Amino acid sequence: MAPLLEVRNLTVAFDTPDGTVHAVNDVSYSLEEGETLGIVGESGSGKSVHALSMVGLIAAPPGRIVRGEVLFNGRDLLALSQRELFEVRGKEIGFVFQDPMTSLNPVLTIERQIAEPLRRHFGMSASQARARVVELLELVGIPDAARRAKQYPHEFSGGMRQRVMIAIGISCNPKLLIADEATTALDVTVQAQILDLVRDLKKKIGTTVIWITHDMGVVAGLADTVQVMYGGRIMERGPVRAVFHDPRNAYTWGLLKSLPHGGRRGVTRLYQIPGNPPDLTKAPIGDPFAPRNPFATERCRIETPPLGDVEGSVPGHQVAAWYDLRAKLAAMEAQP
Amino acid sequence: MSESNMKPLVSVQNLCKTYGGEKRLFGGSTQALRAVNNVSFEIAPGETLGLVGESGSGKSTTGRVLLQLEAPTSGDILYKGENITGLSKAMLKPYRRDMQVIFQDPYASLNPRMTVGEFVGEPLEVHRLGGSRREREDRVASLFTKVGLDPSFMKRYPHEFSGGQRQRVNIARAIALNPAFIVADEPITALDVSIQAQIVNLFQDLQDELGLTYLFIAHDLSMIRYLCHRVAVMLRGRIVEIGPCDAIFENPQHAYTKALLSAIPVPDPDIERNRRPLVFDVGANLPREEAVLRPVGNRHFVLEA
Repeated sequence: MAPLLEVRNLTVAFDTPDGTVHAVNDVSYSLEEGETLGIVGESGSGKSVHALSMVGLIAAPPGRIVRGEVLFNGRDLLALSQRELFEVRGKEIGFVFQDPMTSLNPVLTIERQIAEPLRRHFGMSASQARARVVELLELVGIPDAARRAKQYPHEFSGGMRQRVMIAIGISCNPKLLIADEATTALDVTVQAQILDLVRDLKKKIGTTVIWITHDMGVVAGLADTVQVMYGGRIMERGPVRAVFHDPRNAYTWGLLKSLPHGGRRGVTRLYQIPGNPPDLTKAPIGDPFAPRNPFATERCRIETPPLGDVEGSVPGHQVAAWYDLRAKLAAMEAQP
Repeated sequence: MSESNMKPLVSVQNLCKTYGGEKRLFGGSTQALRAVNNVSFEIAPGETLGLVGESGSGKSTTGRVLLQLEAPTSGDILYKGENITGLSKAMLKPYRRDMQVIFQDPYASLNPRMTVGEFVGEPLEVHRLGGSRREREDRVASLFTKVGLDPSFMKRYPHEFSGGQRQRVNIARAIALNPAFIVADEPITALDVSIQAQIVNLFQDLQDELGLTYLFIAHDLSMIRYLCHRVAVMLRGRIVEIGPCDAIFENPQHAYTKALLSAIPVPDPDIERNRRPLVFDVGANLPREEAVLRPVGNRHFVLEA
């Protein structure tokens, strides 16, 4: 079966007064129907920009798609007109963004905002749309849905607003739901409820999900496949257990190691990745993580490693690295 | 370090901060919000107390009122045993030297028109310390080294730095006057994941080296265990549980503490898939006004139900 989404050599740049920012560099991957892909990375890793550029949501200029193809159900999204993309967005690809405070219109009722894509994409009548809105609010776990639908965003708590955003995201039964830091602004207890909701929705309606976050813990609980990005590139990707338990890229390894796995003050010291995030206005040469990587070889600094299958791991586990992390770690441990 | 028989460096007693509640012109009054409600705690010299809770719990307001960046509605703030509540600006000045603050957003707290060297040296100038210009520059250079920045960066402007470096600049300024006490309000929340560990380690190194005392405000409990000796959990303006880190993490007593701990995502797929977070309905479980903290273990207290 053909994948639902196939990204090929996607490269995105921004022309700024400080120079060209190489935000996304040669990103290729595919996503099967029903799969949940967790994309992790920090600011400037290209994780959000690459998703927005797939559906024409980056400002151009300064943004510019340098090259690439994004095949969604076999159709190249990058070749579509804005009018055609308008049909895809919301209907076939739903979005949930980080900030539920600014993404909702404060002067419209929740009902109006959820009904808008339904009426636009499906030509539903007002009463049909109203019924569907109540159904959706119930689906995302908002109690007393019929009454709540008539209320305004300020009458909802942060967690409830994010549920509304998810209701909008899934309102047209999209084939793909893209969530960008959708729980980052929420309190941990509310985040836990939203993540439960997403797992539940996947079971009920089988949506394919791209979940973009900087939180390794969130990805561990939600994703089938994890994709680690840095400096606009994919550093490693694969089934979530393989990547978490047997990382092969020094950045993935460092990220996991720097998290406080229940360690205590005075007993253990946190591992810290040295250095600072890359300056993306410099032309990308070599492995973007090489300047911060204690295991980097000479080749890492001059030649960009391609993403290739990991030897001796499970199918689908891929890494971009010139060095053999396992050998490097074994050598480090052998030292006194 | 955090001996219970040691005299506290900082303590707050029955601290309250209420917003609103003013009389309206034509009768009635605006709705009062009790952001901080009868909060008491002590911090020993060299100790780190973590203050955790969700947005709106009053943890940041507690930090701001403790430093008297805002006046408390009632209650007392003691520093080295002296009551410093409501002192005039001039009377507070020597205490301000001793008590510093680091905020969440390293971008917003820097002055974009000052070189970072001037920014770090400014408190020395304000308090007329550091001697000649030359001596002051030397002091700033040594502060830069101490927080892991190259002193050659002193002449640069904030926009030339990454988030982690900017937070290092803020930390250098905060320790410029050799303070004894620092309130750090979510100092790592806005930083990239790969940078957070660097800053957490820096906080510990500075404590070990300079004997600093911290009030560390955070909503991320996983880092708290790394950094703090004791933790206080806040809910709607009240402390619902306070105690040594191990007691809070291994043996939480309050339902809210349990819910908070169970909600932390764990970066391990095998654990995370089977984790069932506990649900805590804040609205239905608001602390009773007359409830008090009861001891449940060594220096471990929980608000009675």
